[in-house]
Amino acid sequence: MAGKTLYDKLWEQHLVKQRPDGTALIYIDRQLIHEVTSPQAFEGLRLAGRKPWRVEANIATPDHNVPTTTAERSAGLAGIADNVSRIQIQTLDDNCDELGITEFKIDDRRQGIVHVVGPEQGATLPGQTIVCGDSHTSTHGALGALAHGIGTSEVEHVMATQCLLAKKMKNMLVRVDGQLRRGVTAKDMILAIIGKIGTAGGTGYAIEFGGEAVRALSMEGRMTVCNMAIEAGARAGMIAVDEKTIEYCKGRPMAPKGELWEQAATAWRDLVSDDDAVFDKTVVLDAADIAPQVTWGSSPELVGAITDRIPEPAEEKDPTRRKSLERALEYMGLEGGQPIKNIPVEKVFIGSCTNSRIEDLRAAADVVKGHKVSDKIKLAMVVPGSGLVQEQAEAEGLHEVFTEAGFEWREPGCSMCLAMNADKLEPGEHCASTSNRNFEGRQGFGGRSHLVSPAMAAAAAIAGRFIDIREMGES
Amino acid sequence: MKAFTTHEGIVAPLDMANVDTDMIIPKQFLKSIKRTGFGPYLFDELRYLDKGEPDMDCSNRPLNKDFVLNQPEYRDASILIARQNFGCGSSREHAPWALEDFGMRVMIAPSFADIFFNNCFKNGLLPIELSEETVDRLFTAVRSNSGYQLKVDLDAQTITTPEGETISFEVDAFRKHCLLNGLDDIALTLEDADAIRAFEAEHRQRAPWLFAG
Ligand code: SF4
Repeated sequence: MAGKTLYDKLWEQHLVKQRPDGTALIYIDRQLIHEVTSPQAFEGLRLAGRKPWRVEANIATPDHNVPTTTAERSAGLAGIADNVSRIQIQTLDDNCDELGITEFKIDDRRQGIVHVVGPEQGATLPGQTIVCGDSHTSTHGALGALAHGIGTSEVEHVMATQCLLAKKMKNMLVRVDGQLRRGVTAKDMILAIIGKIGTAGGTGYAIEFGGEAVRALSMEGRMTVCNMAIEAGARAGMIAVDEKTIEYCKGRPMAPKGELWEQAATAWRDLVSDDDAVFDKTVVLDAADIAPQVTWGSSPELVGAITDRIPEPAEEKDPTRRKSLERALEYMGLEGGQPIKNIPVEKVFIGSCTNSRIEDLRAAADVVKGHKVSDKIKLAMVVPGSGLVQEQAEAEGLHEVFTEAGFEWREPGCSMCLAMNADKLEPGEHCASTSNRNFEGRQGFGGRSHLVSPAMAAAAAIAGRFIDIREMGES
Repeated sequence: MKAFTTHEGIVAPLDMANVDTDMIIPKQFLKSIKRTGFGPYLFDELRYLDKGEPDMDCSNRPLNKDFVLNQPEYRDASILIARQNFGCGSSREHAPWALEDFGMRVMIAPSFADIFFNNCFKNGLLPIELSEETVDRLFTAVRSNSGYQLKVDLDAQTITTPEGETISFEVDAFRKHCLLNGLDDIALTLEDADAIRAFEAEHRQRAPWLFAG
């Protein structure tokens, strides 16, 4: 019999009941909650007179709507200027208080983007099943967990039953062999993968990322890669457990301690795909072929190397795809054949659950040090992923590197990743963004987002246009 | 949940691939704490020329006349056809809520994104995957016949065209059962409460650290 994949193992360890028609009840170890996709679930629970199945399995923090300027944040919840946002966050607080759910509230320094907070607190751990009403829940798969986004009805379902109704996905292995070149990061790796397989390439699959280049990534880098599995169409992305994973979890506030820790660590070491495991699909990339990436269209698959030109839609044979390309270029105000390096940049956003961890901020600060933000840039901002990341960065003096160069240093939250608060693009503005989605209007009505790594975003801020980070070090 | 048995309605052609949920319902409307009232803001950025805000009165907003749902023959559409990877991106269930609130009951495309697909069934909406070729044919038929209607029968898993052609489609048996009967998933799962409790006890033995906090 063929061996098992990591996904097979995680699935089997959580299978409560298999129905003959292929659907199954899967036990959920951890549910993460934020203010946007939960109010209707709490209301549904209340209307049906139901109680949470296991209160301690839930953990909450507001992130999508929180303001990020220090002035607005200093007055806590009451200080939120936008009424509707304030009510939504208040609603989360009330719901959590009423049911006794642990919440890192807006003025708690442990507050932050839910996908940064989970691993940071040890609330998400290897071997768990993790859900959240947010598609980037795939991030937590970096720890060797089965983590995926769900809709609000499912949030309510998990609260009420501790289970999710699911169908087993197929197995896909994305293997990145060899070593990444200097200046090329986890973000470039995942953008290159999406460029190769497309935004629907992983639909119906759970993706395991493996290979030498993936193993070589730090835990932060692995989270960046798994974060964007959903942009490749896969609800779940994951990476096998190794000593790095275990080391990362050790000592985190909610991680097991003492004897339980030893027991857990032993069990976690088995969270790898067996050597003879069979994948339904395997995609292989050579890390050495990956250059720093920049998206030029309004879908993450419309991506190229910094040294590339934007493709000519006229050369595209498939009519539906040609139409999408034309539409994307029109929206982006760009033309086929244009070198990516010539794309102007007006705003720079370093943040989001993809790239707002300490390592990301260090990488950006490294590039920024000793330089000034170009006068072509209207706004360059850095938004740490959590209050603890912010604290760490400040202890290392990174905030000074950023502010001296002309960046704004903000309070933690989702911020301009989806522009639900005041941080947004104006129509027509191009933004070098370390976030994960460049959809039309995503970062503000009419805004034009280009997804890049933190180092590339920092370099764009200094140059006022996209430049190849690999050249910057040499000048 | 609203049951879905059969449905007959006007078809609107949305000739776009990779329609994402940001497009279906832009984020500013996600600030609502309700699950109704999203219909007027469905496809907001494509539908109106100005920028939509929550609670805005849409009756006097400038319309984008080129957008399919603004064209008089499609205003009352309840079936939407689109190209591949419909509903990709954010997991927001506000997308099916907005479609449902607008009056949509059926979505037809060559493929759907997983989370969106799942969310539809929880809200009485039926997403149907047909081959690229069949979808193409439907696009042509809709465009050349004003008021083009399709009849969808979930129990029989068929779509009937005005020409009398029958197209069959696949649907997962469990989802079909729930949709046909308008069943509440949670109540169904709670029928297995004993199995869940038994699993939980075993799981706790195997992985006690998950229950320590
Ligand atoms: S940072 Fe962006 S992608 Fe991540 S959870 Fe927040 S809004 Fe979603």
